[in-house]
Amino acid sequence: MNKQFLDARRLLCPMPVIRVQDKIKTMIPGGQLEVVCTDPGVMQDIPAWCRINGHQILSASSDVGEFTINIIVGD
Amino acid sequence: MSLISGGLDSMLATKAVMEQGVHVEGINFFTGFCVEGHTHAIRKKDKAKPKRNNSLWVAEQLGIKLHIVDVIEEYKNVLINPQHGYGANLNPCLDCKVFMVQKAQQWIQENNFDFIITGEVMGQRPMSQRKDTMPVIARESGANERLLRPLCAKNLPETLPEKEGWVNREELYDFSGRTRKPQITLAEKYGFTDYAQPAGGCCFLTDKSYSNKLVDLWTARGKKEYELDDVMLLKVGRHIRPQPHFKMIVAREEGENNFLQGYKNIFRTMTTVSHPGPLVLIDGVLSEEDALLAAQITARYSQGREAEQVEVKMTQQGEEKQFWVKPLLSTKIPKEWHV
Repeated sequence: MNKQFLDARRLLCPMPVIRVQDKIKTMIPGGQLEVVCTDPGVMQDIPAWCRINGHQILSASSDVGEFTINIIVGD
Repeated sequence: MSLISGGLDSMLATKAVMEQGVHVEGINFFTGFCVEGHTHAIRKKDKAKPKRNNSLWVAEQLGIKLHIVDVIEEYKNVLINPQHGYGANLNPCLDCKVFMVQKAQQWIQENNFDFIITGEVMGQRPMSQRKDTMPVIARESGANERLLRPLCAKNLPETLPEKEGWVNREELYDFSGRTRKPQITLAEKYGFTDYAQPAGGCCFLTDKSYSNKLVDLWTARGKKEYELDDVMLLKVGRHIRPQPHFKMIVAREEGENNFLQGYKNIFRTMTTVSHPGPLVLIDGVLSEEDALLAAQITARYSQGREAEQVEVKMTQQGEEKQFWVKPLLSTKIPKEWHV
């Protein structure tokens, strides 16, 4: 699977969402994106953005102030 | 394409057009000054509140896609050189609206959309939503007849979507003035019970205290320039300028303390060692005398404020210096120092 990574640490919402959106524009449907962030707001905002734009959240986890979200790019 | 701020008006305007069977997508512009943004993450007292982004939430309630666009760099010219001037504070509302509609117009041309929707209501806002300024927005943005304001369309000349029959003018509205009653009634009709209604709009630039801090920043630098970090730091902490050439940003609580930690490598910092106290960022150049004064002020905001002596550590790029100082009495911190 075509998996890509995005470092959105130290960015505050909505910048991580914008970075995810811009990265996904360059990817093909079915591709996987792993994004790492430090703003806890992403745990709400990135899934919300994915839901309304047709992408799927594979996993979302937090560890020592970092939040990792895996996304499958939709059509 | 609908401009979604996250507030009620744009939500209703979008819904009014969707009700007529039109495919609508949303767009939201991030200027750096949006209340929707960063501050959710900063203050600890806000952590109990839901951290939702209202524009995303509105889009989800409406079932539409939302495109969030970073306009931080382009927006600098709008704020620094507003052709139509500022409002009560540093809010360039008319230029801002022209800019956003212009960006939306560019977006619809690139993405083959037909017209733009905004939640504007004639008379709702003193600068950008007046009978005489609403045509200015349509004209200067280049959107012209492709700009539809569904909530007050009946008070305005027919637009292209109405003339072409893409939307039925009779099913649009004639709201005007500052009353919120018609919006609340329409929200009830659509079944919207939860929506954001920020008192000062959705922009920090309408806030007097925030605007004062921005003016102070420009004055100290001798030029009207800013970066995103400046915009964020103006939202955080107590800002104290004891001398024209340096300013202190004092964290007010744990959330702000944690946030300011991220700037330790960029700024000179001070913290108290002998007593618990806040992290303080120092913007500017300090003489020996200034450093002592800054240390006394730092001690003043620590738990050692009543102590005879407090140990303060100053750090810059890995180099440390310690001071033992008597905390400055609050009466010795003039009101004018508080930005």
